[in-house]
This record gives sequence, structure tokens and C-alpha cells, in this order.
Amino acid sequence: MKILVGYKRVVDYNVRIQVKPDGTGVVTDGVKLSANPFDDIALEEALRLREKGVAEEVVAVGIGPADLTAHLRNGLAMGANRAIHVVTPDTLQPLTAARVFLRLVEKEQPGLVILGKQAIDDDANQTGQMLAALWDRPQATFASKLEIANGKATVTREVDAGLEVIEAELPAVITTDLRLNEPRFIKLPDIMKAKSKPIDTIEFASLGVDAHDQLKTMNYTAPAKRSKGVMVKDAAELVAVLKQKGLL
Amino acid sequence: MSKILVIAEHLDGKLNPATARAVSAAVAVKPDTIDVLVLSAEVDAIAADAAKIEGVSRVLTVTRAENAHPLAAVLAPQIAKVAAGYSHVFAPSTTFGKDVAPRVAALLGVAQVSDIMSIDGSHTFKRPIYAGNAIVTVQADPAHAVVATIRTASWAAAANGANNAPIEPLSLDIAVPTHTRFVELKQGKSDRPDLQSANKVVSGGRGVGSKENFEVIYRFADKIGAAVGASRAAVDAGYVPNELQVGQTGKIIAPELYIAIGISGAIQHLTGIKDAGTIVAINKDGEAPIFEVADIGLVGDLFKLIPELEQAIG
Ligand SMILES: Cc1cc2nc3c(=O)[nH]c(=O)nc-3n(C[C@H](O)[C@H](O)[C@H](O)COP(=O)(O)OP(=O)(O)OC[C@H]3O[C@@H](n4cnc5c(N)ncnc54)[C@H](O)[C@@H]3O)c2cc1C
Ligand SMILES: Nc1ncnc2c1ncn2[C@@H]1O[C@H](COP(=O)(O)O)[C@@H](O)[C@H]1O
Repeated sequence: MKILVGYKRVVDYNVRIQVKPDGTGVVTDGVKLSANPFDDIALEEALRLREKGVAEEVVAVGIGPADLTAHLRNGLAMGANRAIHVVTPDTLQPLTAARVFLRLVEKEQPGLVILGKQAIDDDANQTGQMLAALWDRPQATFASKLEIANGKATVTREVDAGLEVIEAELPAVITTDLRLNEPRFIKLPDIMKAKSKPIDTIEFASLGVDAHDQLKTMNYTAPAKRSKGVMVKDAAELVAVLKQKGLL
Repeated sequence: MSKILVIAEHLDGKLNPATARAVSAAVAVKPDTIDVLVLSAEVDAIAADAAKIEGVSRVLTVTRAENAHPLAAVLAPQIAKVAAGYSHVFAPSTTFGKDVAPRVAALLGVAQVSDIMSIDGSHTFKRPIYAGNAIVTVQADPAHAVVATIRTASWAAAANGANNAPIEPLSLDIAVPTHTRFVELKQGKSDRPDLQSANKVVSGGRGVGSKENFEVIYRFADKIGAAVGASRAAVDAGYVPNELQVGQTGKIIAPELYIAIGISGAIQHLTGIKDAGTIVAINKDGEAPIFEVADIGLVGDLFKLIPELEQAIG
């Protein structure tokens, strides 16, 4: 079985996001970029399935500008067999990204597609579900445990009420939650090895994917700030303040 | 001329209050009609609840055995079919809504707006990105239906009780897929207030130190009638189950009172409590970032302070 993994590059989760003063976006110049944390988890899960003998090949997919290569090399160093780089200077929204993944699915015929549950830049939480719909296959979102046997995936999902278990026939789309696994660290020799692994580049325009119907982004603003409050000296004072506010 | 379809969320035959929050957002669009769609194996009790929500014009129901559990692959084609003729389809931005709405959007071939926090016009919306560290205004194409999820913490629940909307059963003549099956739901049964709708929440973090120590948090929460929440670190360490997680990847909540105990205040946690009325932080480290956003801070050891608090409350 082949597994396709979404491997998006985003602003690192430790960066303090600043909205540009003119409201045209957030500051990304000189800011640290990393793999979307959920995508590191997706790749780790795929690698574990390969190590268990469930899958033979793990393909990391990145959609983005020409300089995405270094990022995809990280995915290869982590252990992906090869990478696909769909090249576009534009930011693709989830529906368009899902259409791109559908094209790749048609070409690669994977048994499983593992994406992150959300990209921590747009926080959209859509692409996996949209791909599953366009592909007309099962989806198992927010996975915290995944088992593959007898042509189906048994997935434990983190839902608001607790943990839900569902069964999905393969091929299927899984999206990862944080507790699915802990991604491995990349070791130096693996970085060397990754240099000889193949990256297929595909021009976005060559896929014939419709992108005209994206949402129009009007402007960006900084969120309303909560102002710094007061410090109280002890438990008695805290209780007094809360009672005065009518909260206790 | 807007017509809005709101997808009802429910569990064990009860309507989830997140539905009434999505109705509030629908009301803000100032539409001609707001219909609530209930998909279940047994719709009656849920539909009766939905019919009471103020602002609702009609409750539409689809009763099918396959709808006993909320499987997105099964529900989405039914919702997409009912969506014809509506200008907007709203679902709450809960794990249910996040799972099903994008599948509906893709079936309809339209982009989705996630986590609407305010409505600037019938097709212009504000939503948070980068864990709430930026707010973006987006415009959807009025030529197509808008599919959106509603950030529940931004919207008070629409009032309940005064309305008596008609309930109309639909029969949808469509096949649903069988490739996805429900196995089980493991829920932590609790008599405590529900984390997502409680007025008061007491949360514990890694500083609580162990599952056993978390009893201190539960006891204090019970004393003041609060729901219990937790940081991701506390969930990861196994102190509490996952459904208690508050934050970017947990629950986004807006209680009147939020008390964070032994929680450092990472950005991803703060995302979940931005809309809380009053935030109280208790932490032994006076430099902890949680104090930057807390309305009231108290520095000290939680194991000493909680008993003192309980005593002071009386
Ligand atoms: C993509 C992504 C998503 C994430 N989503 C979430 C999310 O949804 N929710 C979330 O919470 N986190 C989330 N995180 C994790 C987040 O970054 C932090 O790691 C986490 O919130 C830390 O939890 P904590 O504050 O309990 O632990 P720590 O940061 O370890 O803080 C523990 C605190 O307890 C205090 N303390 C210790 N002992 C005592 C004592 N005896 N008395 C009083 N105080 C004491 C310490 O001073 C410290 O401030 C996410 C991370 C990533 C990368
Ligand atoms: N540009 C992209 N490149 C690679 N993967 C992507 C891209 N956009 C979305 N994805 C995948 O889809 C997931 C969910 O993204 P989103 O729907 O934008 O929150 C991500 O975690 C990735 O796995």
C-alpha cells in the first residue's frame, strides 16, 4: 500500500504572530517556518505503518512556492520515500488544495491519505474532509489512534464528547490529532541520505485545477487585547474580589 | 434574500446547546428564514427542542436508521441535498460541525468559512487565524451558497422557550454510503456542568502534577459549581481525559469565570479562553505568561492556596 501524506510548511508555532500595520497580512519575512505540527504527526504515522509492513511507500506532498524544496527535504530526511512538490506562488485555500490532492490521488492510487486535522496558519480544518468528499471515500478526522487490518482502518477520534471509534474501508482519508503519536527527530545521516531521494515537481497550472472560487480576503487585524489585570495578595482577597463581582 | 439552514447537533436524543449559538449567528445575517435540520434515527425529542429556539422558522427532520450516529460521510450527502435553495448552511464549530461541514461544502463545490466570529454582511465574515493571533475578514461569492461553521464562544445561545416552530419531516430519496461505520463512543460520564456551556470553569495544568492530585481541582470545582477543564499538557500526561482540553486544539469556551490553576498560559491555551468574562490565574511562578491576560492573578503554590480558597469561600 502507498500512503500520501500532506506536508505543509507554516509559520512555526512558537513565533509571535504580528499583523502588518497596513492590514494586508501577517509578517512572514525573516520568521521561522516549520512543518505544520499535525503534518509531522501524519508523516510519523505513515512511517510507522511502513515499519510495521502495512505500507510499502510513503509520499510527502507539499503545495507551495519554489523554495519549498528544503522543507520537503526535511520530510524525506524524516523517512518519506519520495516527495511531490506542486509548485504555485499563490496561497491555495482548502477546496483548491483538496482538488490538487484529488489529482494526485488519481495518479498515485494510494490506499491511505493522511493529512493534518488543521494547518496552524489558516486554522481552516477542511482539506481532509473536502478531499474525502471529492474522492467519495471515507473520512476519519481528529485521529488519536489508527489500526489497519483486513482492508479497513479502525480509528479512534477525539470528539467533544470523548473518544469515538469508527471503521472505514480503504482507501480512506485520515486527519491527525496531536495525541496520535510523537514525531521522531531527524538525524544527521538521514539528512545526507535525503539528498538523493526524488522530489517530483508538478506545476499547479498543469493539473487543470479550478481555483477561481476561493474566498476573497479583505483585510487582517490584530485581535482585541485583554488588558493586564490586578494581582491579589492571598486567597482571602481573591475570594473577596470574586464575591464583589458576583462571581462566587 | 437570505435563507439559512442550520444543522442541529445532538447526542443521546438531546439537542446540543451549540445549535442555538449557530442560530444566533444566523439571526445576525438578518435572513428571511432560518430552518434547523435534524438528522437522526429518532428525531422527535431533538426537533421539539429545536422548535423552541427563538428565530427558528421551521424544523426539518430526516429520520433514518443510518443517522443514528453522526458519520460525516453519511450525513453530508443528505445535508447537501436539503441545502438546495438555501443561501447559507451553518453548523456549530464543534468537532461535529468541523467534521461534516467541509464535506458538505465540497459536495456543493463551494469554499467554506470556518469559525465565524462576527458577521459584517450577508457574505462578509470575520474569523480567527494563527490560533486567534490575527483576525481575517473574508468575503464569500454571493453566487453560491455559503457553507460555514460558527465559532460558538463568539455567540450567545439564542433564547429558548418562546418559539413553537413547525416541524416538517422530509424524505430524501438518496442512497448513503456504507463504507464508514460507527463502532462506539467512550464518554466520560460526569454529573458536573458541561465544559462548553458552563458559566464557571476551573482548569488544571501540568502544575497539578498527577491524576491523583487532580482530585483537588475536581473538589474545588464542585465547591463553586464549576465545570472542569485542563491544558493539553495535563491531558497528555494522563491526568484527565481528552474531552477536558481547552485551547486551539481543544474546546474554545467563554464562561463568565475561568480559573486557571498550574497553567503557564501558552498561546495555544489562551486561544481557548479569549472570550471568558473574568480570568483568574493561580501559579507559583509570578513570571508565567498567564498573568499577562489574567484579570486577577495570585502567585503561590496551588496545594496551599486551594484549601485556603475553600476555607475563605466558607
Ligand atoms: C499545534 C499545537 C496545538 C496545541 N493546542 C493546545 C491546546 O488546545 N490547549 C493547550 O492547553 N495546549 C495546547 N498546546 C500546548 C501548549 O503549547 C503548551 O505546551 C501547554 O498549554 C502547556 O500546558 P501547561 O500550562 O499545563 O504546562 P506548563 O507549560 O508546563 O506549565 C505548568 C505551570 O504550572 C505551574 N506550577 C507548577 N507547579 C505548581 C504549583 N504547585 N502551584 C502552582 N503552579 C504550579 C508552573 O509554574 C507552570 O507555569 C498546543 C501545542 C501545539 C504545538
Ligand atoms: N499547501 C499545502 N501543502 C501540503 N498539505 C496541505 C496544504 N494545504 C493543506 N494541506 C493538508 O491539509 C491539512 C489541513 O489543512 P487546512 O484544511 O488548511 O486546515 C494540512 O494539515 C495538510 O496536511
